[in-house]
Amino acid sequence: MITRLLVANRGEIARRIVRTCRELGVGTVAVFSDPDEHEPFVAEADLAVRLPGATPAETYLRGDAIVAAATAAGADAVHPGYGFLSENADFARAVLAAGLTWVGPPPDVVEGMGSKIAAKQRMAAAGVPVLPELAPQDVTAADLPLLVKASAGGGGRGMRIVRSLGELADQLAGARREAESAFGDGTVFCEPLLTAARHVEVQVLADEHGTVWALGERECSIQRRHQKIVEETPSPAVDEALRARLCDAAVTAARAVGYVGAGTVEFLLDERGAFHFLEVNTRLQVEHPVTELVFGLDLVAWQLAVAEGAALPPEPPEPSGHAIEVRLCAEDPACDWRPSTGTLLRFDVPLVPGVRLDSGVETGSEVGVHYDPMLAKVIAWAPHRHAAARTLAAVLRGTRVHGLVTNRDLLADVLSHPAFLAGDTHTGFLDEHGLAGPRPAHDPRISALAAALAQAAGRRRGSHLPSGWRNVVSQPQRVSYLVGDDTVRVEYRHTRDGVLTDVPAHVVSVRSAGPQEHEVVLELAGVRHRFAVALHGDRAEVDSPLGAVSLLTAPRFPDPAERVLPGAAVAVVPGTVVRIGVGEGDRVAAGTELLVLEAMKMEHRVLATTDGTVAEVRVRRGDQVDAGDVLIVVEEQ
Amino acid sequence: MTVLRTGVDTGSPEYAANRAALLESLAALDAEHAKAVAGGGPKYTERHHRRGKLLARERVELLLDRDAPFLELSPLAAWGTDHAVGASVVTGIGVVEGVECVIVANDPTVRGGASNPWSLRKTFRAADIALANRLPLISLVESGGADLQSQSEIFIPGGRAFRDLTRLSAAGVPTVTAVFGNATAGGAYVPGLSDHVIMVADRAKVFLGGPPLVKMATGEEARDEELGGARMHGSVSGLADFVAEDETDAIRLTRRVVARLNHRKQGPPPAHEVEEPLLDADELLGVVPADLRVPFDPREVIGRVVDGSRFDEFKPAYGTSLVTGWASLHGYPVGVLANARGVLFSEESQKAAQFVQLANSAATPLIFLQNTTGYMVGTRYEQGGIVKHGAMMINAVSNSRVPHLTVVMGASYGAGNYGMCGRAFDPRFLFTWPNAKSAVMGPKQLAGVLSIVARQAAAAKGREYAEEHDAAMRELVEGQIEQQSLAPFLSGRLYDDGVIDPRDTRTVLGLCLSAVHSGPVEGAAGYGVFRM
Repeated sequence: MITRLLVANRGEIARRIVRTCRELGVGTVAVFSDPDEHEPFVAEADLAVRLPGATPAETYLRGDAIVAAATAAGADAVHPGYGFLSENADFARAVLAAGLTWVGPPPDVVEGMGSKIAAKQRMAAAGVPVLPELAPQDVTAADLPLLVKASAGGGGRGMRIVRSLGELADQLAGARREAESAFGDGTVFCEPLLTAARHVEVQVLADEHGTVWALGERECSIQRRHQKIVEETPSPAVDEALRARLCDAAVTAARAVGYVGAGTVEFLLDERGAFHFLEVNTRLQVEHPVTELVFGLDLVAWQLAVAEGAALPPEPPEPSGHAIEVRLCAEDPACDWRPSTGTLLRFDVPLVPGVRLDSGVETGSEVGVHYDPMLAKVIAWAPHRHAAARTLAAVLRGTRVHGLVTNRDLLADVLSHPAFLAGDTHTGFLDEHGLAGPRPAHDPRISALAAALAQAAGRRRGSHLPSGWRNVVSQPQRVSYLVGDDTVRVEYRHTRDGVLTDVPAHVVSVRSAGPQEHEVVLELAGVRHRFAVALHGDRAEVDSPLGAVSLLTAPRFPDPAERVLPGAAVAVVPGTVVRIGVGEGDRVAAGTELLVLEAMKMEHRVLATTDGTVAEVRVRRGDQVDAGDVLIVVEEQ
Repeated sequence: MTVLRTGVDTGSPEYAANRAALLESLAALDAEHAKAVAGGGPKYTERHHRRGKLLARERVELLLDRDAPFLELSPLAAWGTDHAVGASVVTGIGVVEGVECVIVANDPTVRGGASNPWSLRKTFRAADIALANRLPLISLVESGGADLQSQSEIFIPGGRAFRDLTRLSAAGVPTVTAVFGNATAGGAYVPGLSDHVIMVADRAKVFLGGPPLVKMATGEEARDEELGGARMHGSVSGLADFVAEDETDAIRLTRRVVARLNHRKQGPPPAHEVEEPLLDADELLGVVPADLRVPFDPREVIGRVVDGSRFDEFKPAYGTSLVTGWASLHGYPVGVLANARGVLFSEESQKAAQFVQLANSAATPLIFLQNTTGYMVGTRYEQGGIVKHGAMMINAVSNSRVPHLTVVMGASYGAGNYGMCGRAFDPRFLFTWPNAKSAVMGPKQLAGVLSIVARQAAAAKGREYAEEHDAAMRELVEGQIEQQSLAPFLSGRLYDDGVIDPRDTRTVLGLCLSAVHSGPVEGAAGYGVFRM
């Protein structure tokens, strides 16, 4: 019997596991890195142990420290969650050696599946269809395009697409570095790249008495940077016959390796309906909630039960309805998925029946550079796929998430897209439909006007004299905002007869619910729209039926000392300098890679914007930099 | 507590006619204000912008806190003279970094920002307001100095500009000057006499004598920058405390200086909660008769100006031609004196004298709403002591020490102008409605008096009085008096602080009350001898 469980993880999955433990009456222990000290998952566990440091290598990847924490806190079991050490056999062994229960498959199984190269060979032997594997040194032009993958990988890390032989070496090196950093193992391999393929996976649950359940498939094709962002079950591309074949293959795979616990068998499903084994994930998947909602079970509870030696009933429950999950991430789809860091000023998801929120964050959470940019998962269940998609899209559109750039609008757009509703999802979905990249937004001046009026109302509080009153009129109030990289300027003037503005909107009302909360009603072409404006210092977050817009008030008086030098390469994300490609005095051409930053597990290349000579290198390898920091100055020729 | 109710019939033809007449006056007023805003006109404003410079009002707007109200003062200065409306300078009261300040900005598009006699009077008035109300004075300087054509009217009185600056400083009212361009010869003393000085690099020129004068005086070949550039003053002479990179930076630095003044208001703060009037200010346009001879109930005005339309009338049944009472305006307690039927009798005068003393004993600011034809004349009234009773009222008003605010709503004739705190009695602020008229007496009366006197003179000399000449004389005099009693004419001569839209009266008085509370609000400790 497990009485106290240490969760060797963070964020939403730690909270999710703790939630089940609370229902089961199992005590919980959290471990946390320094940046995570004030995150909700730490507060929600019964006990918490600090892992000094910030990087994963110093904290959540420190198996020894975690086992020590479990012992110190009197835990009798360890749940690894996903990522970090969840598929690390040595860690599983260390947990068992300490006399603790390991919530996961036996270490040998983890190890066997941990090497993707070895796993493919075993599956092929068991009769499960697999893709051919290419040794990096044997790759020829005929094999292109191909995918470089980390053997120990998952979650898209260490994964690179190669379209020409010229870039192979660079991409291999990058993938190795990323894999080394994320998994502590730099081994990579290559596979043919199937461009319009679907990513379909089968949830399996096996007990140690020989029962293996296949809990249907999950469709996880919609991805960015090889990371899933929309997942659902059942897959619109899988009919009963195919489902039966997939489930059979998954059960075969699980049995072939003596699988115990919850796991996932991933397949690539090509356009012709043929599927190829990709890998076995020997852990709980991020997207497990869709399966839970459709099958009406708690996979974490079953993981614990199986770990305690319980037997599964002979047959799994019958699935019902349709569930879709989206991953809300702090990243900017319009800027190459640039991660967004900072304080989450507000996080408010308008939940309705049938919608589940698995969130790692709350209003006030800090989102830093060290971990995955996923903030939360929002999952909707409905009897039918379209109903689930519509509900989930509406919840996302009503979500107020302030302080960070997120993929919220992109996710809602995907869910409402005709191709998605038609079930036509595949791994190239975002590119095919042009959903990645800048959104054709509404005129940001409309939201800027709402922000300006809210700020004016905020400033007026305490004074009863009319805002901006003039007995002799010379000019209106002028406010400039930065919306992304664009500057938006609006003018307004309060008059006896209402607000005059250069924005094509009629101001109906401005109401304040406090210094920070305002509601502005604007009439646009005869239709009244409500704009909820939240003010956070210089930032105004405007939510309306037109979409969310985050505006940063441009300073009226730019300090001359803060003006950026021409030719300065500036960090666009906060991160760590992992490589510097140039030295002072080097001549560079526009587009030359100056240095590489790592932020949230992604590498960001900083390129020269102009031809010239490197005048100054202001950072060293390993330096932590903030967004906006000047890294390298190139003197233009 | 009495809530004022309205007796105005907004559907009546009189109301509509009054409203139409006032709207017409307001349109004319807007046109005159637009002339001041236009400054030197498109040619010079474009040239100024091309040089990368901001206009005077653009500098002021950038200096003010966002969304802060700005009460421009004397915008019609020099109206009806040979000089441009506005007198090549912008003055007003606005909030900078949370501090109410008087701002004076030269308009360099009007004859290079040179001062004429009206610019001087307007600047003096701004300095007076700064001193009386303890408002920091911010000067945004770019002026070619004195308009030499009118030097004789400027040179001697002009020294007061410098005297005022140092006296403000001595009184603990901070003075801040930002120099955007020329401040030469006498103009150099504006930064020289200010507490805080900011100069714009490559633009500011501050010296007593420019290169030609130096060459003439000593033979030295000097250049502008060495003689008086911002960087020189910032690093060599020490006249500049801050050197700004450009105009925007100068405004930024000026704001930083003000933010660090630690200037605190000395008057009591207003009430936290403020109720808007229950009656609609817009109806003021129909309340005020187009014909000044038609009296109107000032309670219709008070009810549209004071908080919650609440007014506690003092002696409502005594001296009913003058309404007195207590109210609050934008949260500031005030006493109000308002003419009801124009004429002031002995009772009204005594009532006013008592009311003013009460306000002083309670340190309550007073608001005078003028619509008076003066003190009553006639045997009965002279015998009743109207002179000494009028004198009591004038005495009380003259020696009152609480802040006075005056609004000329209609007529302001004769000694009524004095008793109701006209310009000569130094109200802290005095504003005029566009329909108002001020003169020693009404044009008809004045022409009539002249006619009677002339007739008597003719009779005394035994000459025949030419009636046709009399009619022509009356018409001429009436026309001249009428023209000289109008609001823009008097405003042009700085006899008020501006002509305002009646609907803005509450806002203007609110801004003024806030300004006067920057200084201490205290009543008089003693009075002159009241002749009983």
